[in-house]
Amino acid sequence: MSSLFKIRYLLLRRFTQIGLLFLYFGANAYGWKVLTGTLSSSTLFQTIPLADPFAVLQMLSAGALLGIDVFIGAAIIVLFYGIVGGRAFCSWVCPVNMVTDLANWLRRKLLLDKAERKVWVSRNARYWVLVLSLVVSAVTGLAAFELVSPITIFNRGVIFGMGMTGGVLAAIFLFDLFGIKNGWCGHICPLGGAYSLIGRLSLIRVRHNQPNCTLCMKCKEVCPESQVLFMIGKESTTVNMGECVNCARCIEVCDDDALGFGIRDFATSKAKGEKR
Amino acid sequence: MNTQNPKKDTKPKISERRRFLTIMAQSVGLSALGGLIWTGYVEEAKASPLLLRPPGALPEKDFLRMCIKCGQCAEACPYDTLLMAKPGDGLPMGTPYFIPRDIPCYMCTDIPCVPPCPTGALDQKSVSSVVDGKEELDINKAKMGLAIVDHESCIAYWGIQCDACHRACPLLDEAITLEYVRNERTGKHAKLIPVVHADYCTGCGLCEHACVTEKAAIFVLPRDVAMGKPGDYYVKGWSKKDQERIKQRDLSKLETKTKVSERSAVDALNAGDEELFDE
Repeated sequence: MSSLFKIRYLLLRRFTQIGLLFLYFGANAYGWKVLTGTLSSSTLFQTIPLADPFAVLQMLSAGALLGIDVFIGAAIIVLFYGIVGGRAFCSWVCPVNMVTDLANWLRRKLLLDKAERKVWVSRNARYWVLVLSLVVSAVTGLAAFELVSPITIFNRGVIFGMGMTGGVLAAIFLFDLFGIKNGWCGHICPLGGAYSLIGRLSLIRVRHNQPNCTLCMKCKEVCPESQVLFMIGKESTTVNMGECVNCARCIEVCDDDALGFGIRDFATSKAKGEKR
Repeated sequence: MNTQNPKKDTKPKISERRRFLTIMAQSVGLSALGGLIWTGYVEEAKASPLLLRPPGALPEKDFLRMCIKCGQCAEACPYDTLLMAKPGDGLPMGTPYFIPRDIPCYMCTDIPCVPPCPTGALDQKSVSSVVDGKEELDINKAKMGLAIVDHESCIAYWGIQCDACHRACPLLDEAITLEYVRNERTGKHAKLIPVVHADYCTGCGLCEHACVTEKAAIFVLPRDVAMGKPGDYYVKGWSKKDQERIKQRDLSKLETKTKVSERSAVDALNAGDEELFDE
């Protein structure tokens, strides 16, 4: 039981990730009316529109005159992650997270980080890719990242049939396993970048309780965005950087009760939190 | 320290400012490289014209701009006609299309696929008509494509009696009519030849689905691909509707490239033939 307790958030995240895929799948296969559509744009209970704000931004950049529904949908998503969830989309919703988590888990088990040669890519590359996708959208008149996004490809694959989707996922898996640690989600994916920006000021945050910390560094080892945990062992505050995906792996692996969920600490966020 | 390792001093050093500028230049340069590859891919990917879109779809270029790839049209389709392009299909990723030979559009009168579209990529107005002052869905206005008959493989053109497409057509005797043509080979039979009328054909593909030949002899193509265009120089003088078409042309874009001859018509006819006369 204690071993299950150690992965309680992980199980919960897999539950929401797979559960959402299940609802989408059922909407197409059995006509369920709970959540229709895909992660690009959905309808909740046949009334509430939801839309991927980054997709909408790309389409606007491509010069599309969109209907009101997607704007309302995108606004709902921005408000939810902006005020509450932070970058939780990436670890609680996005199906590609399961693929990259598997690659990362294998990396740790196979001790790949100790052996392989390092390829370095800046974690800010995603913001360049984000801007680039808007530029390419404007040039081609077509939402550029949406055309290649493995997130929606995987999502649609589950709902409408996989085709060669496995190839796309294998590419990301290999990239994360043998290329760069957390390469896709933590370096390249512009959707992750978009949610990092959207969730910059969200309220639900991981809180570090410094006096309990024994500096075992298990949290930093397991964290997919380990730079956000710069305060470990140094000060008691919340993890305020937008790149934190709120996956709570750090909370689970901590044996010393030095980490938990809390409400954003605005005081320190201004003084030190935004430091890179 | 430095005296022990004099080599260290000879290494060129750069200032923080220069390092920053170099890194920025590198980032911009790599982004430009990625952008070129990405743009190239997108341009190639969207250039697949042989696609049939759902009813009410905007013209292809605008449709690609507007479609958010949510698949709600495909989910609403009761016949599983609409497919979402996936990796390996070689089509613009994630956009809805259909293959009429497999599953045609059955032209539901309530058009369940169009209203769920959140962006307007499927335009409800284009498949609605006004009845008693109220806007009502009208699937007969859909223009998904145009059926084309291959005269060589259509067995009706051989003289074999077949009217499968004609009977399958939801707009029977409007979109497809049968023309009676004398069979010269036998001298005593008629050929019943299917003729498609573009004004009525919705491109639903029920004819293609019904066609009895191994590979369909009647098939739907996107209207852009299937149709020619007479242009502004040719007018049906006997048709008021066609004359309206010419009246609506944009005269500012009309330009004459050939110079008008300065010689009179009579001169043009008679000039230059002096050597033909003996004198």
